[in-house]
Amino acid sequence: MKLSSLIVTLTVALGASTAAPAVVAQDYPTKPVTMIVPWGAGGGTDATARLIATLLEKDLGVPVPVENRTGGSGVVGHSAIANARADGYTIGIATLEIGGMHYQGLTQIDYKSFTPIGLYNADPAAIFVRVDGPYADVAALLEAIKTSGDRELKASGSAQGGVNHLAVAGMLNAMDIPVERVAWVPSEGAAPGLQDLAAGGVNFATASLPEGQALMDAGRIKPIAIFAAERSASAPDLPTFAESTGVDFAMGSWRGIVAPVGVDPAIIERLQTAIGKVVEQPEYTEFMAARGYATQWTPGADFETFMVNSDAQMGTTLKAVGLAK
Amino acid sequence: MDNVIAALPLVFDPFTLMVIMACALFGLFIGAVPGLSATMATAMLVPITFYMAPVPAIGAIVTMSAMAIFASDIPTALIRIPGTAASAAYVDDLYKLSQRGKAGLGLGLCVITSAIGGVFGTLVLMIAAPQLAEVSLNFTSFEYFWLALLGLSAAVMLGTGSVVKSVMSLCLGLLVASVGLDGSSGFPRFTYGQESLLSGVSFVPALIGFFAVPEIIRAIVHRDKQEEAKSISRISELFDGLGKTLWKFRLNLARGSVLGTLIGILPGAGSDIAAWITYAVSKKFSKNPEKFGTGYEEGLVDSGAANNSALSGAYVPAMVFGIPGDSITAIVIGVLYVKGLNPGPMVFINNAVEVNAIFMVFMLANLLMVPLGILAIVLAAPVLKISKTALAPLILGFAIVGSFSIDISITSIIIMIVVGCFAYLMEENDIPVAPAVLGLVMGTLVERNLITSLIKGDNNPLVFFERPIAGVLGVMTLALWFAPLIIKIYRKSRRSEVTS
Repeated sequence: MKLSSLIVTLTVALGASTAAPAVVAQDYPTKPVTMIVPWGAGGGTDATARLIATLLEKDLGVPVPVENRTGGSGVVGHSAIANARADGYTIGIATLEIGGMHYQGLTQIDYKSFTPIGLYNADPAAIFVRVDGPYADVAALLEAIKTSGDRELKASGSAQGGVNHLAVAGMLNAMDIPVERVAWVPSEGAAPGLQDLAAGGVNFATASLPEGQALMDAGRIKPIAIFAAERSASAPDLPTFAESTGVDFAMGSWRGIVAPVGVDPAIIERLQTAIGKVVEQPEYTEFMAARGYATQWTPGADFETFMVNSDAQMGTTLKAVGLAK
Repeated sequence: MDNVIAALPLVFDPFTLMVIMACALFGLFIGAVPGLSATMATAMLVPITFYMAPVPAIGAIVTMSAMAIFASDIPTALIRIPGTAASAAYVDDLYKLSQRGKAGLGLGLCVITSAIGGVFGTLVLMIAAPQLAEVSLNFTSFEYFWLALLGLSAAVMLGTGSVVKSVMSLCLGLLVASVGLDGSSGFPRFTYGQESLLSGVSFVPALIGFFAVPEIIRAIVHRDKQEEAKSISRISELFDGLGKTLWKFRLNLARGSVLGTLIGILPGAGSDIAAWITYAVSKKFSKNPEKFGTGYEEGLVDSGAANNSALSGAYVPAMVFGIPGDSITAIVIGVLYVKGLNPGPMVFINNAVEVNAIFMVFMLANLLMVPLGILAIVLAAPVLKISKTALAPLILGFAIVGSFSIDISITSIIIMIVVGCFAYLMEENDIPVAPAVLGLVMGTLVERNLITSLIKGDNNPLVFFERPIAGVLGVMTLALWFAPLIIKIYRKSRRSEVTS
């Protein structure tokens, strides 16, 4: 289904539902609403989802159990949400990876397999270098990359094809530097990658700001630019990549709440209102601020547009690094 | 010292004590039920800790996880299902001890060594965390590669039979470990288009398959030659001969605690790897290596202390650099941020009182482990009275539920059954399963660090020796491998010289 037609369908359906509310939707929810998390217990996505679920329980008046359906770089969990019964009793968290996995040939599903409820977090990636290293700013780093031999400089921060790898590849692509120039050292997540940077194993690393916080506080590493359209509220002195180089490039992880396709629009609206309230509660905002996660609430069609753009960007970058099939 | 005194009221606050007690019982339950992992339980605790002050919040997680690591020894001893991966190294010793009617001694050793290891790890954390974290920061893929390879070499020592059979078993484990999406290339391997296999063979179902399923099959197949294991009738049985055994193996206890703490401090290795490596070290230096795996206490003492001391060790890099030492501390780091105890070298100065209070909770949790652990053992021991034939279907039920609960998928049950049948056939033919389990644990670690190091070193194998720590570890590994061969050749040439 094309985006425009989806929006039309949604609008029509919304209009219809306000005129004659479905009987099912009226007394929703009558039983527990399961929230599927495609990532492991204890990660950032899991932590935010569990908090939202706890707060959502109060608003909906039914339990909201969180189920971790891990595996296959998020394929398993995202599929579980997309294939769940579209009765509004299964929702889940979609993350950035949904835009990439179908290009990699791991699954058929993409953003079109979901009804968007709302985007609650987007954390741009930042470039980190060692404090005692040779690169003072992005210009110095890019200059070094341009003049270096192929695979002479090494970077780390995620698995091959992970968000932080794509951030580096996308940056090189945007600067018209061949992506093979920098060797990507795969790591199991941002923390080991940043540790490798601090230990002198790689020249630079990419990760979101909260992920680098402890090593920044310890005076080992420093961010030199953030891949975002605007500066981060938590680090107002850190220039964006566009400010430093004049080239627009933004990339980072995001998390949003989705439901399977075909859920009654009245139920979607009920959830949108409920979660919209949750993300404004002090418990939620304090938690997100303490963990350094950026907050936002972009519901419905805007979230859909966001996913379309993210999907297109993932496609371009994955093709550039040769991971797209 | 002022900080320690200031921390006392934080720990001995009635609410904090209540939380610690509740989480201790919760942890015992989680550990004792196969398939419920300490990591999963920690994640479930996080939304609850949100409403607590920093000390009870962290204390809840610390207490729960310490109890769970110990409690996983209980099903290991009683029904041969290791509750968590940390108990897998000494399954055979512990289970065979209880089959010989010495369940009391085996579990008594587990609870005491766990407590001692835990206390030791905590002392190290209190005294030297910032300095040790500095060392752990120097570990990169090169050092981890050698460390993992050293661990793999342990496989040969783990087997009770011939070296060839152990190596065969190890290779099988490595093969199974290579299933799934490869993090270095981003391509799926051996998944045959199954989405559920993309993340590899899940560890807990495989573990249950390796140990519990062969036991179930044997209970049915060999109904005729069954011996009834004795349950624990008096609490005092837990201490019969305990003091003597502990004193006999006091050096093992010290070695296990030290090694366990050191391995725990390394961000890439947790309590399961600590247990395996100390078990192998124990066997290597033992006077009776042939008794290992037959219900012998020595290895049990080493690894029992190591897995709990590693748990405390993991907090060293977590608190100083925010680098998780294992999956539990990864969650704890998040909670520390929420509670305003931002990890970093400054936390020991800025939040000295809270940090000291947290350390005291560590101590308290490890001491509490002894009485509560004994209670749990006494409650669970009557399982041994039930005839094995009657128990087998129940254990199978537990095995299925435990496997399923890990990622709520049928694939895990299939993995458990397939691995279990394989393990039964292996054991019937005297091929030890322990090296295969080790291969599965270490396979990814070896491969990932090998590939990462090669990428960093532009495929030059000499880079593995360039860094000082890596060089030493590398030479040690190679010496371990080739020393017996060289000694043999040397002796042979000497002998031929003498005879000629």
